[in-house]
Amino acid sequence: MRGERRGAVQPDGRLPALRSKGRASADLPAQNSIPVRSDADIVLARQKGRELAAALGFGPTDLTLIATAISELARNIVLYAKRGRIVLKGIERNSRRGIMVVARDGGPGIPNVAGALQSGFSTSGGLGLGLPGVRRLTDEFDIESAVGRGTTVTVKKWLR
Amino acid sequence: MGVPILKEGHHLIATIQTALTDTDLQGLRDSLVTQVGRYRARGVIIDVTALDVMDSFAVRTLRDIAQMARLRGAETVIVGVQPEVALSMVELGLTLEGVNAALDLEEGLAFLDERTKGASRGEVPRAR
Repeated sequence: MRGERRGAVQPDGRLPALRSKGRASADLPAQNSIPVRSDADIVLARQKGRELAAALGFGPTDLTLIATAISELARNIVLYAKRGRIVLKGIERNSRRGIMVVARDGGPGIPNVAGALQSGFSTSGGLGLGLPGVRRLTDEFDIESAVGRGTTVTVKKWLR
Repeated sequence: MGVPILKEGHHLIATIQTALTDTDLQGLRDSLVTQVGRYRARGVIIDVTALDVMDSFAVRTLRDIAQMARLRGAETVIVGVQPEVALSMVELGLTLEGVNAALDLEEGLAFLDERTKGASRGEVPRAR
């Protein structure tokens, strides 16, 4: 069976019957915080992201885009900071639902954030930070980084 | 998690069945490149139908496999890239440059048979 496609059911067994509009944000699925230290955690983070996004009502295409973005963000953590955290959260704005993904680490930070946001920029042998790609995969993108203190990338994707 | 590799004529077929970690992907790369020699394979098919995410690392590893296999005398075809995966790859700017792709296993085998025909033609025909 396709490993990561089976994300439609909530951890507690609830079906993702959350498509109805205009419900209170208390109905949003709870937030999920995943420690990221190894390549197995990268897979876990994107599976959890896919599950939450499916529960929020995202379609198959967006699920793949969201899972891919999480994969890139989690890989950056493992690659550059060794350890960090991916926080997944259902959000709501103007009665529109979305998912927020926060990738946070206390690693070395990015000295040249503007450069890291340019396509083709990489400091690790061609793999690339993938940040421009993550930006294209999502609707909103925000990055805060301080050298020696760490990096926090926040992305949001909204239900269409 | 290992990826099963089948031998089919002159070709090797690796069917990915579940999400792979980076370590799994590197393991797949190493065993395919080794088995190309062991089985004197002319073609390699990697079936990624079950992959719901192909991020930069996965794409880079598939490219590496194709280039390493080519240096060992085998052509590689990636089959089964899902439409959503294709979209996310394009958005990420990831390309399978230098790697052959086909819609599914059947098309992949047809492609390899066509591509490796010339190689087997040179062999001395013999009864089996």
